[in-house]
Amino acid sequence: MQHGKYRFIVGFLAAPLALYAVFVIWPFVQSIYYSFTDWTGLSPEFKMVGFDNYSRMLKDDIFWKSLQHSVLLVLLLPLVTLGLALFFAFMLNVGGRRRKNAAVSGVRGSAFYKIAYFFPQVLSIVIVSLLFQFAFNPSDGMLNSTFKAIGLESIQPDWLGDPKLALYCVMAVLVWSTVGFFVVLFSAGMASIPRDFYEAALLDGASRFTTFFRITLPLLWDTVQSGWVYMGILALGVEAFTSVQVMTVGPGGPDYSTTVLPLYVYQTAFRDGQAGYATTIGVGLLIVTMAFAAIVMRLGRRERLEF
Amino acid sequence: MASTSAHKNEGLGRRDLIKRSAALGLITVPTMSFLSACASGDSGSDEKVKKGTASKTNPLGVNETAPLEFVIFDGGFGQQYAIDAEKKYNAAFPKAPKVKHVPTQKIQSQLQPRFNGGTPPDLIDNSGAEQMDMGVLVGKNQLLDLTPLMNAPSIDDPSKKVRDTLRPGVLEMGQFDGDPVWIMYYAYTVYGVWYSQTALDNLDAQYPETWDQMLALCEKAKKKGIAGWTYPGKYPYYLPFSLYPFIGKIGGREVLDKIDNLEPNAWKDPAVKAALEAYYELYRKGYVLKGTPGMTHIQSQTEWTKGKALFIPNGSWVENEAAPTTPKDFKMMVAAPSSLDASDKLPFGTIWASGGEPFVVPAKAKNPEGGMEQLRIMLSEESSKNFTKQVKSLSAYNGGTDGLTLSTAMQAGVDALKKAGDNVVNPRLQDWYVKLQKEQIGVSGLGEMMAGRATPAETIKKIQAYADAAAKDQSIKHYKHQ
Repeated sequence: MQHGKYRFIVGFLAAPLALYAVFVIWPFVQSIYYSFTDWTGLSPEFKMVGFDNYSRMLKDDIFWKSLQHSVLLVLLLPLVTLGLALFFAFMLNVGGRRRKNAAVSGVRGSAFYKIAYFFPQVLSIVIVSLLFQFAFNPSDGMLNSTFKAIGLESIQPDWLGDPKLALYCVMAVLVWSTVGFFVVLFSAGMASIPRDFYEAALLDGASRFTTFFRITLPLLWDTVQSGWVYMGILALGVEAFTSVQVMTVGPGGPDYSTTVLPLYVYQTAFRDGQAGYATTIGVGLLIVTMAFAAIVMRLGRRERLEF
Repeated sequence: MASTSAHKNEGLGRRDLIKRSAALGLITVPTMSFLSACASGDSGSDEKVKKGTASKTNPLGVNETAPLEFVIFDGGFGQQYAIDAEKKYNAAFPKAPKVKHVPTQKIQSQLQPRFNGGTPPDLIDNSGAEQMDMGVLVGKNQLLDLTPLMNAPSIDDPSKKVRDTLRPGVLEMGQFDGDPVWIMYYAYTVYGVWYSQTALDNLDAQYPETWDQMLALCEKAKKKGIAGWTYPGKYPYYLPFSLYPFIGKIGGREVLDKIDNLEPNAWKDPAVKAALEAYYELYRKGYVLKGTPGMTHIQSQTEWTKGKALFIPNGSWVENEAAPTTPKDFKMMVAAPSSLDASDKLPFGTIWASGGEPFVVPAKAKNPEGGMEQLRIMLSEESSKNFTKQVKSLSAYNGGTDGLTLSTAMQAGVDALKKAGDNVVNPRLQDWYVKLQKEQIGVSGLGEMMAGRATPAETIKKIQAYADAAAKDQSIKHYKHQ
């Protein structure tokens, strides 16, 4: 059976690997190469500048600020999003009181909630950001209007215009728009956990709390870990970039309070005409992303439970 | 094959394989492959079309059978004015194929690879949010010197050169160092303090010509629940539209020139301090509309057209842009900044006006003469009038408003220019140093000050530090006023 296994695998993988090499690996190599040049992005002429871009990056305040915000996002966003998603998914699937004949079921109306949570996934992140831009509008946006309507006229924050709040506003939007995906993902995971486990726990008189931490979470661990990596990637990449670019002051402000690494790459390359330096920051982002994935994979390693 | 779970000594497990490849694949998503998508391509064929023979009707020597490609920014001004001008080109050169008209809003992402590859189009309206950095293009010799166009006879009056038909300052704006003209700015923008005459009438007020009157008017408005000022808090780089001419008026042109030249301590000039303190007072006395720091340009303009605030610093495009929310009886007007006091160096009326909508012909264009000829056609009186009629903006062509019914805003702009006479200032930070102007001076400096989070003194210190850093930065090209 094992004879020729590798040849078999390689045979199947050759074409996708070649595509992968051309469209993924090669751009990486190119980017790293360009990070040692003074390429403007607007003309084919450039020359090698050695490590100039790198030493400039290490002295660049805005790079460090962007890095700080990106790291904050990568730590906080998965925590909040996955925590909420786990809670919602648990309530939707096994959190309900005993009804009819089912020993284990979700809360009342869980089918509706599932759709409601998932709904933001249907919208592109640009649309979501635009919508929230109106909600955050300090003069007649939804938030401040609500405050006014319930008699809290004294609280009228500037939201995105306030450097202390702006980054958290962005985070809230990202949580809102991504949590539904993980609710569905975890729901699927929970559905594959045998019902007998829950029924047994129920018979033993376990509370919902205990059931969650002793049964659901351990059996769902693989999914949570993948979700963590995926969410981290979103927080470091596209989603964070888009919402900061569309929503915030400047964008990236006020006073650099929301700038993130991918935004800084974009601005340096496409506004300042310094594509060489931008690829250097891109390499920085690459290192951060790899480090994040490696840490999560290592920390999350657990003995696999079989069922 | 190995089972999915027990794979201790079976080589590569399916799950591991999938997991690892998924992890690798995911990592690549956000990073930098998008940058290399526009990596340097091969330099394309450099075959230019043969130059035609120059004649009276064809002074630039356009090849009469060569194709022409025209990339236009499809933004606030739309593209109809260009289509109309292309028809004229086709009529002038019937043997050439129809002008290839390419409208886009993604100037940079569409054209960057073509510049890199050496196959740019023949004429570009390099405008909008994705404008290519002109300083870099010039520095890397990617643009054609438009001097032949400037010296060509004008379409309307062959005894006049094109350069003599332009509004003051337009040609100079297209220069960077020395004589070559790299950019042809086609629109002409009046920047300043925008307001509604109706709103002022309701308050029994005239436009305040001095700062004391300004403060008094704001106080009066405040009592009626109307704010004095608003501005696009999310893009505070609109503030300079009225602030810079204010500075220039207080301290003279030299102050603005020093700022543009990134001279040491340029921002520490007393005129800058006086102007910033005057604006800060608007915030301190509560004359700035609440919530302004969190608003986009559209949101703040809407508050303004709703009558929640009297004044907004802006440019002449605001008439077109705010049209959907502007009430019929709004009577939109623009005026020069008020005088600070009697010791101001320049008289009331000093205003910022300059070219907008930059057109360039790439150095490696196949049909550069065609590109220039198309611009020459656009600079005729007829095309200019057509532009003004369609998009409610003045063009670079001097005059060309006779016989047109102008809106109150345009008429106010024309009047303001007349009143200013020679006192038109033209700060260059926004086309020379985009990052410094928008992000550092605008958002981090003025934006923070007008939101009340920094004092004028702190702001000046901060901006001076940014300007010094930009002056020292070897990776950007530096320019000086001649």
